[in-house]
Amino acid sequence: MEYVFIVIAAIFVNNIVLSQFLGICPFLGVSKKISTAAGMAGAVTFVMVIATIVTYLIQKTVLDKFGIGFMQTITFILVIASLVQLVEIILKKVSPALYQALGVFLPLITTNCAILGVAIMTIQKDYNLMEGVVFAISSALGFGLALIIFAGLREHVDLMNVPKGMKGMPIALVVAGILAMAFMGFSGLV
Amino acid sequence: MNQIKNFTKGLLKENPVFVLLLGMCPTLGVTTTAVNGMGMGLATTFVLVMANIVVSLVKNGIPDKVRIPAFIVIIASFVTVVELTMQAYLPSLFESLGLFIPLIVVNCIVLGRAEAFASKNNVLSSAIDGLGMGLGFTLALTILGAVREFFGSGMVFGFQLFDSNYGMLVFILAPGAFIALGYLILLVNKLNKV
Amino acid sequence: MASKKESTFINMVLALLIVSLVASATLGFVYESTKKPIEDAQVNKKISAIKEVVPAFDNDPNAEMFLIEVEGGEALEVYPAKMNGQLVGAAVKTYTNLGFSGLIRVMVGFTPDGTIYNYQVLEHKETPGLGTKMADWFKPALVTDSLPKEASFFDWLFGIKPGSGGDGKVIVGKNPSQMNLTVSKDGGDVDAITAATISSRAFLDAVSRAYNGYMKKNEAIENKANPADSSAVNTEIKEMAQNKGGN
Repeated sequence: MEYVFIVIAAIFVNNIVLSQFLGICPFLGVSKKISTAAGMAGAVTFVMVIATIVTYLIQKTVLDKFGIGFMQTITFILVIASLVQLVEIILKKVSPALYQALGVFLPLITTNCAILGVAIMTIQKDYNLMEGVVFAISSALGFGLALIIFAGLREHVDLMNVPKGMKGMPIALVVAGILAMAFMGFSGLV
Repeated sequence: MNQIKNFTKGLLKENPVFVLLLGMCPTLGVTTTAVNGMGMGLATTFVLVMANIVVSLVKNGIPDKVRIPAFIVIIASFVTVVELTMQAYLPSLFESLGLFIPLIVVNCIVLGRAEAFASKNNVLSSAIDGLGMGLGFTLALTILGAVREFFGSGMVFGFQLFDSNYGMLVFILAPGAFIALGYLILLVNKLNKV
Repeated sequence: MASKKESTFINMVLALLIVSLVASATLGFVYESTKKPIEDAQVNKKISAIKEVVPAFDNDPNAEMFLIEVEGGEALEVYPAKMNGQLVGAAVKTYTNLGFSGLIRVMVGFTPDGTIYNYQVLEHKETPGLGTKMADWFKPALVTDSLPKEASFFDWLFGIKPGSGGDGKVIVGKNPSQMNLTVSKDGGDVDAITAATISSRAFLDAVSRAYNGYMKKNEAIENKANPADSSAVNTEIKEMAQNKGGN
């Protein structure tokens, strides 16, 4: 039951993009086409889950043990940055097909605040490892959902006759606002 | 003259939020009030200036291949300094900004300026560039915060201008952030063309 | 300009090592010097919440804090407030999970007979502009008046007085033993916040939890405090409560 709550809350109610405002850069940057959005969503899911597990273990075995919780930010970002590199190298060797699909998005992920945000939130919410993993997967799914829906909407908006000044980013932001409004319908669900 | 240019370009022509569209997460996330926006902006400005200064000081001592990790360590240290100081002396602001303080570290503006400007220029220009960009960011966040606060709850900087019952709630909630920013970008685009 | 360091392995390791060492040393120093102020800030926040919800006291409620167990949940923290060794009230840190968006924490102050003296919402994730109104909603207009929220131009224009809307919503100054501490929709005596019944319900749940826990342990505190005459204290408190509103 606990897990069901975490999943629903992370995907719909507290959607990481539309209500927590994490990962806005890729949300606005790579949402022009559904296919690239899906690739980004896949890469984020992959890295987010691994990063949450690794940072969780480091927090519990190193930071808490030696009472150096203040090093959290610096450790987590270094772990995430090196992890992204590592994933890129391993993926290249092990699964060239997957690398082809996700590779271009990997370098962008280091500065995706959703990854660091979810890693920190897992610690702040005092989840255990299993809950943390579930939370990371559902947050990533929520990110993917928002990103793909938004990309679909933008593909249509691009073909519309939009007032000149509103073209590009302004209309995209207004569309995102309306999407966020739709997601607010889920609030109070959990 | 050149230094003045370094400073003012961040305010409007190359405003990090309205024009370059960087650092959107805190821009949308913390601007429920003008004060929050300003606090976040100033915290980011501090990190930007300090990181720019240190990066331009050590740029020759750091081999090219490891410069990004080294920059990240420098930035993350200053972020932690801000985090601890705020927690100690501005606890209520720290609470309302919450997660977005540690997330300054992944703000594209900071790493972007360190990489694109400070690693190529001298200390003074880098400091001024950081200050200009930071204040541009602060300005954007404060304006967005003020707009949302005004329409949402009838207040600006905590001063009640009309009764909050007549406010449009949506501006304080998540959707309002996107919509208000969309229209502000439209406005700045128009201004920059003139 | 000095020439750039070559990207040899030794140089790279050295550069990163030095940067990390300097960074951790700086952070260690900043951490040590901010440790005390951070702790102070947290205690101050708690004390100021306690000060707001109970009558004036001269003891250190933080040091005399004790826990009361409640059924099915975490223990509540009780901070007894004493004036010249006499119990004048107690602040109870209570919570509820029934909020529109989960957990709400409230500090509720009671006088020794269980009358609600004041409350302060400590932590919540309710909808801004709706559920957040609980911060003032259940307080009488006079108490709200003393807060820096001034009547605005539009209020004046439309003749709206701050905190208007009848007395039915006020719980401050009332004793939960003499009223049904649920929203009127559920047959209780308290008017819910307009358009935020769930938040109101949750808030009242937190207050009832504090009240029930507090009354159960009330005798224990009174024994500790040795009050000379508790009824005399009570009338005094009621006067103080009325006076406070006028400030």
